[in-house]
Amino acid sequence: MGSNETPARRDVKMMNRFDLTVRLVAKLKNAEAVIGGIGHSNFDLWGAGRRPQNFYMLGSMGLAGPIALGVALAQPKRRVFALEGDGSMLMQLGSLATVANVAPRNLAIVVWDNGMYQITGSQPTATAGRADLVEIARAAGIAQSAWARDETDFEHLIERALAEDGPWFIAARIDGTAPKQQTPREPVIIKDTFMRGLGVKP
Amino acid sequence: MANAQSPLPAKVDANWHGAVVRALKDNDIRLVVYVPDNVLRPLIEAVHADDFFTAFVTAREEEAVGIVCGAAMAGLRGIVLMQTSGFATLANVLASLAVAAQIPALMMISERGTLGDFQPGQAIVCRTMRPVLESLGIEHHTLTRLDEAHFIVDRTIKQAYKTEAPAALILSPMLTAKR
Repeated sequence: MGSNETPARRDVKMMNRFDLTVRLVAKLKNAEAVIGGIGHSNFDLWGAGRRPQNFYMLGSMGLAGPIALGVALAQPKRRVFALEGDGSMLMQLGSLATVANVAPRNLAIVVWDNGMYQITGSQPTATAGRADLVEIARAAGIAQSAWARDETDFEHLIERALAEDGPWFIAARIDGTAPKQQTPREPVIIKDTFMRGLGVKP
Repeated sequence: MANAQSPLPAKVDANWHGAVVRALKDNDIRLVVYVPDNVLRPLIEAVHADDFFTAFVTAREEEAVGIVCGAAMAGLRGIVLMQTSGFATLANVLASLAVAAQIPALMMISERGTLGDFQPGQAIVCRTMRPVLESLGIEHHTLTRLDEAHFIVDRTIKQAYKTEAPAALILSPMLTAKR
């Protein structure tokens, strides 16, 4: 997947985070782990259906990728997805360089980019200006970094991330639709459920 | 073998980093994620040289805590190594992830800014470390003596995992600067 094969942010279709989250979860057949980033990323993951292999973050903005990296290192046979917003991703650009160098085969970072801090009043992020997160990820050393052109292309990229060696960085432009549901703020229950879902806690 | 009369091991470690490595191995702590510090250098070199450990650097300490929390939830035990100024960036991730979700995130902090430091920035930020740990209710111990080092690290790790709580081990110059 060379840079000449993938489109730029401005050239891809604007999609919907909940719709894409449902499409992603529908492809998970092998108890893959999913780390839902703070705010709307994990609200739509919650809304897409409860899975014991989902971890819903209630704080620590920007750390879905690092948490997913830790899970991926601990369980190399399990595929692990991190779902982040553009604002969160911009907080931890250095973590992309870490992922590139550690190079876990079983990790995919999915970024929902609506160019705004939607939950705090839709203030624009740097991706609404000149920053392109796929270009940043590629420059950090994650060779398999791509924008999803449309819903079909997004599903195709997810299928590749499930079947082929990573790490992967998959970004989707999304609209400003707010999630219909919110994740309950129960961090210990969320953690215990996740650990049982990963077979760590009895 | 441990002496039955004393909580301290009869075995004497040659140096502080040897004692730490031994305690990490005794407790199956296999993942070491760090932002480097000069004092930590022999420990970092030791874990890189030993196949028992997976060791790598991160861009920020906050990221390292995220990695160790994810690994802990998925069954791989890890520790974050950093210096005092790095710890000062962690209040949010500790509060909202490790403390809130009760995850045994282990931290080892090289204490700068005390006992002869030359750098005013380090001296000022050092004063925030214990108040932050205490306000978050995080168990923490300061290592000052080689003969106590293994015992404190070993017991702190065991309690962190048994009670599902983060914990911090502070490396004092009393331990690390003595030649």
